[in-house]
Amino acid sequence: MRRKVYMIAGYNTLSMGTGRKEFNPKKERPGLEEYIREAGQGTLKQIGGAKHVDECVIGNFMASRFNRQANLAAFFPFVDEGLRYKPAIRVEGACATGGLALMSGIKSVLAETAEVVLVIGVEVQNTVKAIYCADYLAGAGWFKNRKTGHAYFFPGQFSDRAGSYFEKYGREKTRQALARWFRNAIENARLCPTAQENHNTVKDLEALAMMEPNGKSFVDHLNVFDCSKVSDGASAIAIVSEEGLKRCGIPAGEAIEVLGWGQMEEDITKPPTDPTELTTTKEAVKQALASAGITRDQLGTAEIHDCFTIAGLMCMEAIGFAEKGKGADFILEGNTARNGRIPINTTGGLIGWGHPTGGTGVHQAVTILEQLTGKAGEAQVEIPADRPYGLTVNMGGDDKSLVSIVYKKAK
Amino acid sequence: MSYEERLQHVSVLGAAGKMGSGILLLTAVEMADISLKPENKGKAFVLNAIDVSDEALAGLIKYLKAQVLKLAEKKVVGLRKVYADRADLIDNDEIINQYIFDVISLVRTTTRLESAYDSTMIFEAIKEDPDVKISLFSKISTNNPHQPWFFTNTSSIPITKLDQGAGLKGRIIGFHFYNPPAIQKLVEIIKADGTLPEVEAFALQYAKNLRKVVVPSHDKAGFIGNGHFMRDILYAATEVEKLGKEFSFVEAAYALNKISQDYLVRPMGIFQLVDYVGVDVCSFIMSVMNPYLPMEDLHVPLLDKLLANGVKGGQFSDGSQKDGILKYEKGRPVAIYDPSAKAYKAISEFQAKVDEKLGTMPTPPAWKSVIGNKSKDEILRTYFSQLKLATSPGAELSKAYANRSCEIGLGLISSGVAMNENDVNTVLLTGFFHAYGPINNYLK
Repeated sequence: MRRKVYMIAGYNTLSMGTGRKEFNPKKERPGLEEYIREAGQGTLKQIGGAKHVDECVIGNFMASRFNRQANLAAFFPFVDEGLRYKPAIRVEGACATGGLALMSGIKSVLAETAEVVLVIGVEVQNTVKAIYCADYLAGAGWFKNRKTGHAYFFPGQFSDRAGSYFEKYGREKTRQALARWFRNAIENARLCPTAQENHNTVKDLEALAMMEPNGKSFVDHLNVFDCSKVSDGASAIAIVSEEGLKRCGIPAGEAIEVLGWGQMEEDITKPPTDPTELTTTKEAVKQALASAGITRDQLGTAEIHDCFTIAGLMCMEAIGFAEKGKGADFILEGNTARNGRIPINTTGGLIGWGHPTGGTGVHQAVTILEQLTGKAGEAQVEIPADRPYGLTVNMGGDDKSLVSIVYKKAK
Repeated sequence: MSYEERLQHVSVLGAAGKMGSGILLLTAVEMADISLKPENKGKAFVLNAIDVSDEALAGLIKYLKAQVLKLAEKKVVGLRKVYADRADLIDNDEIINQYIFDVISLVRTTTRLESAYDSTMIFEAIKEDPDVKISLFSKISTNNPHQPWFFTNTSSIPITKLDQGAGLKGRIIGFHFYNPPAIQKLVEIIKADGTLPEVEAFALQYAKNLRKVVVPSHDKAGFIGNGHFMRDILYAATEVEKLGKEFSFVEAAYALNKISQDYLVRPMGIFQLVDYVGVDVCSFIMSVMNPYLPMEDLHVPLLDKLLANGVKGGQFSDGSQKDGILKYEKGRPVAIYDPSAKAYKAISEFQAKVDEKLGTMPTPPAWKSVIGNKSKDEILRTYFSQLKLATSPGAELSKAYANRSCEIGLGLISSGVAMNENDVNTVLLTGFFHAYGPINNYLK
């Protein structure tokens, strides 16, 4: 890379929605602008204010439908008056929106048009019931497939993938692994105060998650516990150069360095080449690791895109942690748990922390920042000295838009 | 005429009422689902919503729209298949809105009884007055060339009396929904002496399609549901009187309401339930049933007194509770009506005193925590075994109340109303949301 790029000053709002005690769908709640402002100010406060910011990026997927709001870049001056007349841009790539927002910031720093970029990812989705939410989120797929798609469009897509996987590699063990995935997610979320499932007190999580799917009211091969949450939330982070780091007065030890990435798109109009495999994810992770000059065995933790438990399992295979068809064993052997070989989604991931779609990619970066700098609080996992790297995988649509980034604690 | 053909032209009498609107909703949805089958394309389906009030009928459409919306949201997975050939309907909300439109399009609101003269099916949910019912049935039967079938929602009048009075020759059956019909799973089906077998077969098919739990009841006034409920009210009112030596009226009413709710683990106390149904409705049902019960006097003077003072209970059109024997704030009882003072007295003024007099009680499980609990039977058994051993005045009253409820249930079988214990228990479990049937051995 032509210059070093760092991330600092992460901030997450609560991930609000079913599961949080404060959530009441019948009562008025903070809107899109409140989430944007809280997250933006959370980061600005840590970097010494808006005066240090050169550019801004906001990632949002579908505010045009959830909140009937567009032109989101113009909310930066609402976050802080000091951002008036500064360049800002809104990016969108379905659930990979947050990852794309990060890439936009990284490229600004690399292009030397900015030393400090404020990046916010946001989505406020509880404005409608889940059944209408499904319509809006279906925009992440090809609209021409919507008519023949399932009422719950994306659960339907990943249910089909799960069905193919069950058929090829066996149902029982796979379902058990999906239930374990759910349990890990909730147990991690319980350690993170902003997580949507932080208040979850269910004792036998795996038994709950083994509930038989019901295709009449939902989808054929997944149950609701296999699905990520409908969430309101925002995350923010600052992407900076070495000069930006100094400007913000943040010591290197509180920063993570971006070492490499894979960013790519696959044809939205085409069905998956192999429904049992996340081929684009595989390629993006491969590129990310190669560009960072490391192997997957050097990773100490990863934040991956478990929009559905089956996506989490397939991602383990796409990264190469497990061979094809062995993802269930890998999970059931405890490798992905917080005390396992490679702790995955240490604050709950999309299933446990929540999935405010446009914010998720940024939330993943914030979690890696916290973990690699030892600031994850109760959720802190041990990062071994010989495996100091963190990985994020952020996916948009059904394995279509991908951003995978490799990080290391800055020196 | 097939099941589907019979449902092509239907009328609901009393369609804007509490029960009628629910029956209309369920029937409209059933008819719409039939009309949307590919083989029924192009056929006309008509559902007359007949009521005496134009204002109430206007409110009915709003109610229908809100209810069908909820229903459509729940069954959108299936609805996408129903509308698979409609290229213009893509998003769930487009499909849901189309379904609401298709259901409501069947409904014709009217205040004219003549509309029913073309119908093959008549659902009736009007005032619980045998003479009015007979008069309407008779008019329709005389003027309708299709020999329509009559489904009456009466909860107390013998069906044979209606059949004979209106000259229907068996084209009638009792199809008693519980309130609210759209939610309550139970229906009591009551055959008149001469009910035609094809009418009964249709009733069973219709109940099955509506996913209702059917309990057959013999054609004895009050059937199973009110047979238990009305006697339960009579018992509670009698106990209130008995407690008159130690307690004032409001104190005694509070005690019985609390016992019947908390210590019997029921969803609401007996007087709250009277308010929910309506003091006037309960009184009327008793007056309908009483002439058929030569061995007992099913009459509660307390209800007459309350009605004379204008205390009626019942619900507002939004489903919230009107004040009755109890006064409500946010749906919770806060005061009790004192007929002698003609005023409500706050429960907080005497609650502690009454609770103390009732004495030490075993802690009952909350009805809410029991109702869907897999270990329900074990929890209840443990609680009632503790209650059995308790000797405080409150415990004695609770045991006596539970035993009386059991006696009433057994009486319904011995007097030929219910066919068996299971039917009695099903009605109380399903129609009244009790956590357990009255006929049990918890206190034995």
